[in-house]
Amino acid sequence: MGGAAMSFDLDISVALGGTRIATTFSAGPGLTALFGPSGAGKTTILNMAAGLVRPDSGRIAIAGETLFDTAADIDRPPEARRAGYVFQDGRLFPHRRVRANLLYGEALADPAQRWITLDEVTDFLGIAHLLDRWPRTLSGGEAQRVAIGRALLSAPRFLLMDEPLSSLDAARREEIMLVIERVRDTLGLPILYVSHDRAEVERLATTIIAIG
Amino acid sequence: MLSAEEVGIIMLSLKVSIVAVAAILPLSFGIAWLLARKRFPGRVLLDALVHLPLVVPPVVTGWLLLLAFGRNGPVGAWLESWFGATVMFRWTGAAIAAAVMALPLTVRAMRLSIEAVDRRLESAARTLGATPFHVFRTITLPLAVPGIVAGAVLGFARSIGEFGATITFVSNIPGETRTLPLAIYGALQVPGAEAMVTRLSIISVILSLGALIVSELLARRAGHGRGGHVL
Repeated sequence: MGGAAMSFDLDISVALGGTRIATTFSAGPGLTALFGPSGAGKTTILNMAAGLVRPDSGRIAIAGETLFDTAADIDRPPEARRAGYVFQDGRLFPHRRVRANLLYGEALADPAQRWITLDEVTDFLGIAHLLDRWPRTLSGGEAQRVAIGRALLSAPRFLLMDEPLSSLDAARREEIMLVIERVRDTLGLPILYVSHDRAEVERLATTIIAIG
Repeated sequence: MLSAEEVGIIMLSLKVSIVAVAAILPLSFGIAWLLARKRFPGRVLLDALVHLPLVVPPVVTGWLLLLAFGRNGPVGAWLESWFGATVMFRWTGAAIAAAVMALPLTVRAMRLSIEAVDRRLESAARTLGATPFHVFRTITLPLAVPGIVAGAVLGFARSIGEFGATITFVSNIPGETRTLPLAIYGALQVPGAEAMVTRLSIISVILSLGALIVSELLARRAGHGRGGHVL
């Protein structure tokens, strides 16, 4: 178990559909990559960190806050974890334009905890020209930048990224990788990042955790 | 071209159908949501009960309503003692018959649309800080709108056409329960009323067709910009 200064401190196990997924790791600041083959349970670990899947037992502490602990009977619901989750498939809300997607979490966040504005996010991600578009009209790279912006605007304490490059072509991958490097280097948020691509992980990760 | 009597029949039919659909919309959505999302004891029974009016002869549904809402029936006695009201031989009774007959169609359309809502979007909303109720209000409900509209219109069209349960339950009383189909049936019994039958039949077709066109237009508007097809 890691010390109090750890960004991620996980010791969890869950049985899902006959397979057991268990992991114990601690990691410092920066981008922590969960690296391993498909089907090893990397996404499940992110979902447990987000509160979307409940571990059978263990403890999850992120950026100095305990989010889950069976021994202490702590299980914060997803909406109280302040996780900025960027999904593999974007998951933009199809009935809301880009602006309304970006502001969905922002409107729900405690104003005192917001640390970035819509203008800053659109500048940072280069998506100002997309604000009035519908999600279905976006390219894969545009949608993924909007998804990152939506997560940042929800005032997260940490980011969870589930193979955010996997649905993109080579040019778009480079574009989003630059965005992730900027998030990692300028925003200072701890990032838990899932990938099965070695080159991607070696380029982006501060810490690599092998899964499976 | 339409007599005052015929206009009255059309207005009564519209009133009965609109009240019936308005009354069952929230109930249908609640049942549809339970059936689509929840696993509970009695789920299969609830599903079967809702669909019953679709498969039993309408005259049986009418008779069951008569037993329930009659002066000595469980619901009828309760209405009588608490409100001094009865639905027997009243337009409200016709609305109840229409509502019961429309329920399977409204529940079915809404259930399909709720099942089609991508639950991963709901998970995403949770991580963005939304409580389950807020997710329901801002994600699930708006995405299910096309199905709600489709269900309402199907239910309305079914109500306009309702005949068997109505005539069994509340009889065929001019100005109270004589809706379009009952009036057409009544006119068919009278020699020389063919012109009235024709006019009322044309009105029926126009109302049903209009409902379907309105539903298609509304569904298209609701689906605007989303990509996903509706209906």
